[in-house]
Amino acid sequence: MTIDWGWIGTHFDEMWTATGEHLVLTGIAVTLGLVIALGFAGVALRWRRSYAPITWFTGVLYTIPSLALFTFFIPFFGLSLITAEIALVSYSLLILIRNIVAGIDGVEPAIIESATGMGLTRRGVFLRVQLPLALPVIIAGIRIATVSTIGLVTVTSLIGQGGYGVFILRGIRRQFLTEILVGTVLSVALAVLADLLLAALERLTTPWSQSEAK
Amino acid sequence: MIEFFREVAAWLGDPANWAGRGGVPNRMWEHVSVAGVALVIAGVAALPAAVTLGHRGRGGMLAVTGVNLWRALPSFGIVGIAFPITLALGLRPLGYWATLVALVALALPPMFVNAYTGVHHVDAALVEAARGMGMSERQVLGWVELPLALPVIMAGIRTAVVEVLATATIGAVVGFGGLGRYIIDGFAQRKFEEVFVGGVLVALLVIVAESTLRWAQRRADVANRERSGRSAISGSPEVADLGRVG
Repeated sequence: MTIDWGWIGTHFDEMWTATGEHLVLTGIAVTLGLVIALGFAGVALRWRRSYAPITWFTGVLYTIPSLALFTFFIPFFGLSLITAEIALVSYSLLILIRNIVAGIDGVEPAIIESATGMGLTRRGVFLRVQLPLALPVIIAGIRIATVSTIGLVTVTSLIGQGGYGVFILRGIRRQFLTEILVGTVLSVALAVLADLLLAALERLTTPWSQSEAK
Repeated sequence: MIEFFREVAAWLGDPANWAGRGGVPNRMWEHVSVAGVALVIAGVAALPAAVTLGHRGRGGMLAVTGVNLWRALPSFGIVGIAFPITLALGLRPLGYWATLVALVALALPPMFVNAYTGVHHVDAALVEAARGMGMSERQVLGWVELPLALPVIMAGIRTAVVEVLATATIGAVVGFGGLGRYIIDGFAQRKFEEVFVGGVLVALLVIVAESTLRWAQRRADVANRERSGRSAISGSPEVADLGRVG
């Protein structure tokens, strides 16, 4: 039950490739999820009554187990990237929509009023006041979605996709602890790194909150 | 398409799929029991500690940050790491302990974060008032903070239940039973109707458990409000905890 350092030393190439695959799977899922979530959140913000059904629907998506959700689409799309992404995107929606709506809602009415009073149009208020002020909450949502997605992508190896999950799956089949550990540790490291990067992005995009952040 | 659903119907209609070790009732029981044991262990480990930290109000943020990092651990990886170790230790039944370990690890964060946040965010004025009335720290916690934090604590438990029931599927990868067996075995034999049935059964189980807990909580809330008049929790409980790995 010891770690085989030799194996690790000879498999850097494969780890590198897996990192690329893992990043692509995660990147597509979070980007697509964000685009769809922005659409839903836009609808929810304009027509308030649609918010409850939207969160209900995405909540139901969220309760479906990942392995099951992956398998639902196999009859339609086979063991493909589309199958994997449908499930990954589904999971990111609830978190993203909730944070976008909560972020926009959290902007003080007084600030919006003074922006309107200064002559900004509704569109201007949204783009130049509400959206920037909501960014920290929105990015917080993107952070949670990204970290969760990176973890979930390990499971997509079961439906024939790449990424770190391949090490875990192969390690389980061969009873080879080192390989399982490599897959897991790399996944955790990538999640932590992505989280730190997004935190830095948040600080860059909201320079005015610098003083209260510390 | 229609052919596929005919196969699903045929699978469901086959009495062999409803009896014995591989039958739906037994797989369902395996699934629910490993999830239940994991939830109890995680609850015992996380809730008292979280409530105590929330009451003291110190060191909690550090713990929450640590717990959030913990979330980055994929369940699939934990199952994988635990499996060879439990095999070497000769633990039986096959795959059970590895699955249990991963599920406990999965249930800890939502339980801990919500219990901590819930107790910590009880209106400070109410806590002060309780102390002023001469309550001991224990009484403040038991009579004021815990009842008021209950909805948030319950929301965390609910999240844990959903995630654990959904993720118990993964036990099948390491030879454990449960409903995941249909997904993994169906997969290996290219019997996608079996995979589909497995997925639907897990989803149904999760949705039933979720709705039951939600319903129970709403009833308890109503009973509470009738007794006390109002809720004193600030902040929204459910945004505090979302994020799933596994």
